[in-house]
Amino acid sequence: MIVDEIIKKYEPKEENILDILHDIQDSDPQHYLNKEVIKKVSKHLNISLSQIYGVITFYTMFSVKPRGKFIIRICQSAPCHLMGSKSLIEHLEQLLRVDVGETTEDGVFTLETTSCLGVCGVAPAMMINDDVYGNLTPERVNNIIEKMREE
Amino acid sequence: MKSIITITIDNKTIKAREGDNLLKVARDNGFDIPGLCFYEKISPTGACRLCLVKIKGISGFTASCMVSVTDGMNVIAFDKELEDARKTIIQLLIADYKQGCMTCETNASCGLEDLAYRYNIEMDNIPFPVREEYKKIDDSSPMLIYDPNMCIICFRCIKACYEIQGKGVIDFVERGIDTYVAPDLGDLWKDSSCDGCGECIQACPVGALMEKPSKGKARKWEIEKEETICPYCGVGCRIEVETKDNEIIRINGADGPSNDSRLCVKGRFGYEYQMSNERLVKPLIKENGKFREASWDEALDLVAEKLSGIKDKYGSNAIAGLSSARCTNEENYIFQKFIRATIGTNNVDHCARLCHASTVAGLARAFGSGAMTNSIKEFEYADCILITGSNTTETHPVIGTYINNAVLKHGAKLIVVDPRRIDLVKHANVWLRQKNGTDVAWMNGIMNVIINEGLHDKEFIDTRTEGFEAFKKVVAQYTPEKVEEITGIPKDKLIEAARIYGKAKNASIVFSMGITQHTTGTDNVLSTANLAMLTGNVGKESSGVNPLRGQNNVQGACDLGALPNVYPGYQKVTDPNIKAKFETKWNTKLDDNIGLSVVEIMNEVYNGNIKGLYIMGENPMISDPNLNHVEKALNKIDFLVVQDIFMTETSQLADVVLPAYSSYEKTGTFTNTERRVQLLTPILKAPGDSREDWWIVQEISKRMGYEMKFKNQEEILNEVAEVSPIYGGIHFSRLGVEGLQWPCKDENDPGTKYLHKNKFSRGLGLFSPVDYIPPAELPDDEYPYLLSTGRILYHYHTGTMSRKVSILNDFEPGPYAEISPDIANTLGISDRENIRISSRRGTIITKARITNKVDSKSVFIPFHFAEAAANKLTNDALDPVAKIPELKVAACKIEKL
Repeated sequence: MIVDEIIKKYEPKEENILDILHDIQDSDPQHYLNKEVIKKVSKHLNISLSQIYGVITFYTMFSVKPRGKFIIRICQSAPCHLMGSKSLIEHLEQLLRVDVGETTEDGVFTLETTSCLGVCGVAPAMMINDDVYGNLTPERVNNIIEKMREE
Repeated sequence: MKSIITITIDNKTIKAREGDNLLKVARDNGFDIPGLCFYEKISPTGACRLCLVKIKGISGFTASCMVSVTDGMNVIAFDKELEDARKTIIQLLIADYKQGCMTCETNASCGLEDLAYRYNIEMDNIPFPVREEYKKIDDSSPMLIYDPNMCIICFRCIKACYEIQGKGVIDFVERGIDTYVAPDLGDLWKDSSCDGCGECIQACPVGALMEKPSKGKARKWEIEKEETICPYCGVGCRIEVETKDNEIIRINGADGPSNDSRLCVKGRFGYEYQMSNERLVKPLIKENGKFREASWDEALDLVAEKLSGIKDKYGSNAIAGLSSARCTNEENYIFQKFIRATIGTNNVDHCARLCHASTVAGLARAFGSGAMTNSIKEFEYADCILITGSNTTETHPVIGTYINNAVLKHGAKLIVVDPRRIDLVKHANVWLRQKNGTDVAWMNGIMNVIINEGLHDKEFIDTRTEGFEAFKKVVAQYTPEKVEEITGIPKDKLIEAARIYGKAKNASIVFSMGITQHTTGTDNVLSTANLAMLTGNVGKESSGVNPLRGQNNVQGACDLGALPNVYPGYQKVTDPNIKAKFETKWNTKLDDNIGLSVVEIMNEVYNGNIKGLYIMGENPMISDPNLNHVEKALNKIDFLVVQDIFMTETSQLADVVLPAYSSYEKTGTFTNTERRVQLLTPILKAPGDSREDWWIVQEISKRMGYEMKFKNQEEILNEVAEVSPIYGGIHFSRLGVEGLQWPCKDENDPGTKYLHKNKFSRGLGLFSPVDYIPPAELPDDEYPYLLSTGRILYHYHTGTMSRKVSILNDFEPGPYAEISPDIANTLGISDRENIRISSRRGTIITKARITNKVDSKSVFIPFHFAEAAANKLTNDALDPVAKIPELKVAACKIEKL
């Protein structure tokens, strides 16, 4: 239902494809684009399925698999890497018992990596949904995750 | 016209047209700049970076495929720096490439392999990390294998699918090093919407995409290649056939005038039937209900003796002949000559009666000539295309690609008028879903709006046409409100379509059997002609009335007089001067009565008035309406001779069966739907003791005392040119690759691209006042659903050829009926469940396919399948003028089993 309303908001023009996909994905509690939704967008824009799927899989912000309520994106760019983002990823993998790209069994967290978040001054950094967290240490990560869990 | 400019490449001065592609200009002038992603039939991509050049005034390297030439451009194509860069790129490609060259089908025709050789790459010393993990191969499709490890991400397949075929089934998935090509939502090929045309394979420069049935069959250097014309539909695509040891290995699209190297799934993969071990290889004579092999002499003598006996005892009109839209022009000529001159009757017809008889009748009356007014490629440049009663992307797939191109590349407006939600509906600006059989009403409605809004072309009507006032009076009654009542088309949509068509500069009407196969078929066709004349949309490039002909040579079979009312070239049998001309040329007396048409022949066989029937390459036991009646008739006949490449449902009933050549095996000409006469090349040796059709007919004729003495097909076409003015200048020696489009009056006539320029064939175009008449049989309480029949992409006509092709059977294995979810709910039927469908004439059992392609109270059944033959149900009620049966409308009931 919500999906139909989102699609209707946009004119059937090719250039609206990213906005439509973002809006739909944001409205989904599992932060992903399922096949039925992609078919609807394809019909609305008269763009073939493969072309839309190409766009979706090209951009890492889109997912075709259900994701957690919170999407953790650790920055992998050079400054964060130098400040220890790699060990933070390992820490999070252990803490959440998932590999990068996976979602926790309870469906709460998805662990992903990202390119530069533009906050190199507070490296290493990560983003959870729309919020950015800097100066990360394993302890600080533990606290943040715990708070999220409580939510 | 583009202006001629001068550029310099490696200090050589070159003339080119401004705006031409630099890489193409360079290559055309002998500079062999490498490049793998460049493919002339698609837009340039600039992905592979191999065609890098230096251009004075531009810093760094530039991909030459992305540059348009301008005057004074100074280019360096080859120096050490460029060649080193190219070598590095090739090494990078190879580092990521699975080197399966030893067993690869493309070995010796691979773009990357050629470059590795040319640049002397040390394969064991690639200075980059070599790929170690391989991605999964997708070999799920019936027709292709995709190996992503051999994919160089060049875009050619993706653009071929979208830009050439207009489908967009495949695209890249993921990005960077993980990128691969996949259909739809990253699905397996077999689960996708890929229809198997194979355009992507033809575009692939390496071994990533290959034809599945060719795998392991032959190395490239063992293969011989020849070009001929596709044996399937009326588009007449030119094909390149690769063979080894008299076996077809692969078929590629060749650069023919009607296909630009495009093909569909049947043309590319539908050749297996030719090699089938079911081919007839010996003449067969039926004795005590069983066939036995016979020598040619025995079989031919028997046929001649039997036909002569019937002729002597009952007269010439007790014999009839069915000619073939699959055979060549020459064979059709000789067949009708045999029936007319040797037998002495005009009882000759062929299955065009069942598809476009009403087109020939209607357009001949309105314009003076019953054929496509325009050429196939002109569709791409029409600014409005109105398609009605043609599921073009399935029945004429390559024409479908040009229509896709018109819409997707050039922004043409598309109007689809069809009771079924055909594939093209997705690109349509307006889709009008009329009730079956109400075509005159909606066309009158559109014309009513056009006249009321002043969108008609008054000058054209005044100077080029007659009969406008009487026509206008009839159309005035068809207000959008009244039309909505009759057709079910909402009046707003009708008005929208009328405005789009009425305002277009170059509008083209495309139609096929949805218009013609009605008891009002001729009226429908006349309405299309009215509509085109009303807006001046005829007699111009990309603008006209275009009936798409079904079979490879159905146009030719009509042209060559395999019709009961006309000699070759549409010259009337009732015209004494014409008759006299043929009597002189053929040196015999001819009948001046119009002969019987297909359905009438079967009726007279049934009534016992026709005792002998000669059928060449037709299968009326599947193709004709009301099959139970046909079967009863053919069981009654005294003598039936059938000439074919296979034992068909019809030849089973014959007294003598004569084995013929397939079109891969013979020469001669086919005339495609755009009136283009094209020359066949014999590619293969025919099996066993089979013979060419023309030879067989001529032998029987000789044995009946009328000698024709043709030595080959070329001589036959020369006689055609003598007696048929529209073919007057058409000879084998002139045909080449381009062929010739009739009318072509003499040796110097280059042929005719589009008809009726400045003047209609009949002089003035004739408006016909046409009123709506309902179909002969409509749903009622006992038979509540509306039945329509037609063709699908994967099969062809009665399936004698296509159903012997495993790839086509994989795509569509057997009979089915499309029923609406509404019907399914009412009757409690689930998808793929067996159901019984009955009409007043017969019953079949078939599989339900639940789809909203059909309207809520409608059923659609493809007619290709003998085991659930749609034509057991169809109505043999005829159009009074054209004698075409109403195959598109019948009433039926459906029962759950």
